[in-house]
Amino acid sequence: MEIRVNPTRMEFNRLKGRLKMAQRGHKLLKDKRDELMRVFLKLVRENKELRTSVEKELSRSFANFLLASAVMSGETLEEAIMYPKAAVKVDVKTKNVMSVHVPQITNLEDKETEGDATPYGFANTSGELDSSIDTLAKVLPHLIRLAELEKAVYLLADEIDKTRRRVNALEHVLIPQLQHTIKYISMKLDENERGALVRLMKIKDIVRGDKK
Amino acid sequence: MSMYKVAVVGDKNSILGFKALGVATYPVTGGDEAARALSEIVREKVAVICITEAVAEQIKPQLEELNKRLLPAVVLIPNNQGSLGLGMMQIKKNAEKAIGADILFGKEGS
Repeated sequence: MEIRVNPTRMEFNRLKGRLKMAQRGHKLLKDKRDELMRVFLKLVRENKELRTSVEKELSRSFANFLLASAVMSGETLEEAIMYPKAAVKVDVKTKNVMSVHVPQITNLEDKETEGDATPYGFANTSGELDSSIDTLAKVLPHLIRLAELEKAVYLLADEIDKTRRRVNALEHVLIPQLQHTIKYISMKLDENERGALVRLMKIKDIVRGDKK
Repeated sequence: MSMYKVAVVGDKNSILGFKALGVATYPVTGGDEAARALSEIVREKVAVICITEAVAEQIKPQLEELNKRLLPAVVLIPNNQGSLGLGMMQIKKNAEKAIGADILFGKEGS
């Protein structure tokens, strides 16, 4: 498999330039892939651990909430949580990891609500609701971090996949192809040169033969 | 500095607790409703969407679309009936895609 070209010196130089470029690109992409992989592995491990703990916490909170909704009447329950103290707001920045843009989400907490998330009085509500909301409040920052991590992991996986494809295409297709073609041209040029030399010698012989 | 909101989508009993924290909640019952809620959320400035796995399964195509964008970030959470393991599955799929082999779950799975 080779690229169809005219075996000329100009083409030869052009292809050699391309080969050099391809090899440089290949090396750079390989470095990029390795670095992405390093970051990815770090993130994906953290992601897994965080998800495990968040899921555990959430199901605990849900269990308590189920108890609360069993103990309290539906209306009181809805009334109790109808008006939250503060809306959850987050700030988003983007971080650049090897030219992959991943979001960084930070929780903007109000100082006043810190430590006490319950928006209701304690008169009509049950203790289960308190602990349920409490657990939820604690798990929310982790949940936001989890969102950030999972997004980053997804985007990185995508980019690694793309980069790997490019590295492989360069390594196994383009670079061998170029090398092959360069070899073909250099053989052809050498052959032409030898042909020319032989022709010259032959002509010289003929010319000398005529003189005698 | 820009402010973004956090939204939760899921069946009512699972997500009611989030409301007390000041998270925007979107109680839904079926796939159609969830899809409508999702398109409503996307129009607003929402950075994080928590969605219960049971609901997420019904609106998979829309979620795939969101995954490719920078924002919003979608997190799958278990509902009050427990986890379906979809969230973990997604991590596993990502790992497989990036590395080519599953290195996180392989040892424990078998």
